[in-house]
Amino acid sequence: MNYAGKAHKVGDHIDTDAIIPARFLVTTDPGELGANCMEGLEPGWIKRVAQGDVLVAGENFGCGSSREHAPIALKGAGIPVVIAHSFARIFYRNGFNMGLILLEVGDDAARLHDGDELVVDVDAGRIENRTTGETIDCAPVPPFMKEILNKGGLVPYVKAKLAAA
Amino acid sequence: MKLTMAQKILQAHTDQEITAANQIVQCEVSLVLANDITAPLAIKSFTAMGADAVFDRDRVALVMDHFTPNKDIDSAEQVKFVREFAREKGVTHYYEGGDCGVEHALLPELGLVAPGDIVVGADSHTCTYGGLGAFATGMGSTDVGGAMALGATWFKVPPTIRVEFTGSLGEHVTGKDLILFLIGQIGVAGARYKALEFCGPVVDRLSVEARMTIANMAIEAGGKVGLFASDAKTLEYCRAHGRMGAVALAADPGAEYDRELSFDVTGMSPQVACPHLPENVRPVEELADLAVDQAVIGSCTNGRIEDLRAAAAVLRGHKVSSRVRCVVLPATPGIWKQALKEGLLETFMDAGCVVGPPTCGPCLGGHMGILAGGERAISTTNRNFKGRMGSLSSEVYLASPAVAAASAVTGLITHPGKL
Repeated sequence: MNYAGKAHKVGDHIDTDAIIPARFLVTTDPGELGANCMEGLEPGWIKRVAQGDVLVAGENFGCGSSREHAPIALKGAGIPVVIAHSFARIFYRNGFNMGLILLEVGDDAARLHDGDELVVDVDAGRIENRTTGETIDCAPVPPFMKEILNKGGLVPYVKAKLAAA
Repeated sequence: MKLTMAQKILQAHTDQEITAANQIVQCEVSLVLANDITAPLAIKSFTAMGADAVFDRDRVALVMDHFTPNKDIDSAEQVKFVREFAREKGVTHYYEGGDCGVEHALLPELGLVAPGDIVVGADSHTCTYGGLGAFATGMGSTDVGGAMALGATWFKVPPTIRVEFTGSLGEHVTGKDLILFLIGQIGVAGARYKALEFCGPVVDRLSVEARMTIANMAIEAGGKVGLFASDAKTLEYCRAHGRMGAVALAADPGAEYDRELSFDVTGMSPQVACPHLPENVRPVEELADLAVDQAVIGSCTNGRIEDLRAAAAVLRGHKVSSRVRCVVLPATPGIWKQALKEGLLETFMDAGCVVGPPTCGPCLGGHMGILAGGERAISTTNRNFKGRMGSLSSEVYLASPAVAAASAVTGLITHPGKL
């Protein structure tokens, strides 16, 4: 699966209160959450994002609370892929469960800049930076998580398990 | 194979043989938890999974603690949705209103957690129960919805960082100061994907409540769990809270650690984490004379009876500065009542504090103590991210109850020994 979009870059240790502040957690609606995505980082941040754009982050993206509203807000904002140096663990699990694509690239995150045009080949684990002409390989998705992805996410995975029981 | 605490607990809950860190294992869980923010999503996922019954109605806890007493219509609707689910599914441990407290203070108090348990909660501070020797970790709502249905979930076996504290703690230096110090040393990603295991003579002397404060903030170092061996004190705590049959548990001698750290904490000052990350830690003396507008004493980190005793001991005979609002939120009804009996609430009120109901409230900028632009709080809570307690231009400094209380009196960040 390929995704093409403009990169929006954020820093290290972007926490879930930055992604979606707690005052917005009175709904589970992706559209409402998406409209307030990154409101804790910079009010109005979301206005710069077009459908299909890619978020590029530094170290430990998604640290803090377990709120699944964070990946839902990103998806609701039209961001299908997050590329980061690294992810906080609860956010990493949540992202997969919500069908948000998370790619870990380590120090190569520094080679992606705000406004770069990116093409992401998820199956090959490769990011093409059309602005700089560079290519970056991502860390492979762990096999067990790939199995969940292949089943269509955790909801269908558990559904199949319950049906088999 | 010699096992760490984390490996030992996971091994006891799976048929697979644990042979290495980072292995994926399927484990049975002992208790599944969600709150008023995360349960609505967990229930939606649970329903979408086609589940019609929870795996065990006595082993699912739904605690309505974050925005309660409901702060607005939307939060009331969320709680109503969870309440109706709890009734329909016959969930035993549904808490709202007069029997409800901050989840991570409430569940151990109800005897719902014991050493060796696996607890998964749709709340990142679920790791608190590591203070009792339980493998307890936060997950998202959908993972928790799955666990509510299956009574099981998957884990990656975490590598473990062993942290030893030696020496002795000075007056006014607490569990909170130890964990802030550690986060300052290893950073907010220092234990990312890993387990923390605490040991050493200082830890052995700590109360179970202080251990829970430390375990609570393992997540602030990126940790999956923060574990303490269970000893005579743990077993006494369990017995006193109606949890019978708890057993002592420790890592195997010779278990393999990813990293081993040792700190002599003799002479250590109370610690304060400055905005906007819990790793920005400095000794309290270095922040003296920084003015505060609000002090918050409470939360799953520091809202237990020992915390209230420490705060009251500092406040007794003093008045909160006229420039400061000091908000005290005992974490559970049981703690509230005990504080009432001991006269602590009277001490707080005589000093000019606001005493509120058990709620997470201001910790996450929910309600009952929100900061305006440019305001600064000293707080016994666990996170000081930008805008966490209110305006994006407000600031939160994290500290122990004694430091928060002393700072409330002077209106400046203050070492409690200075009063």
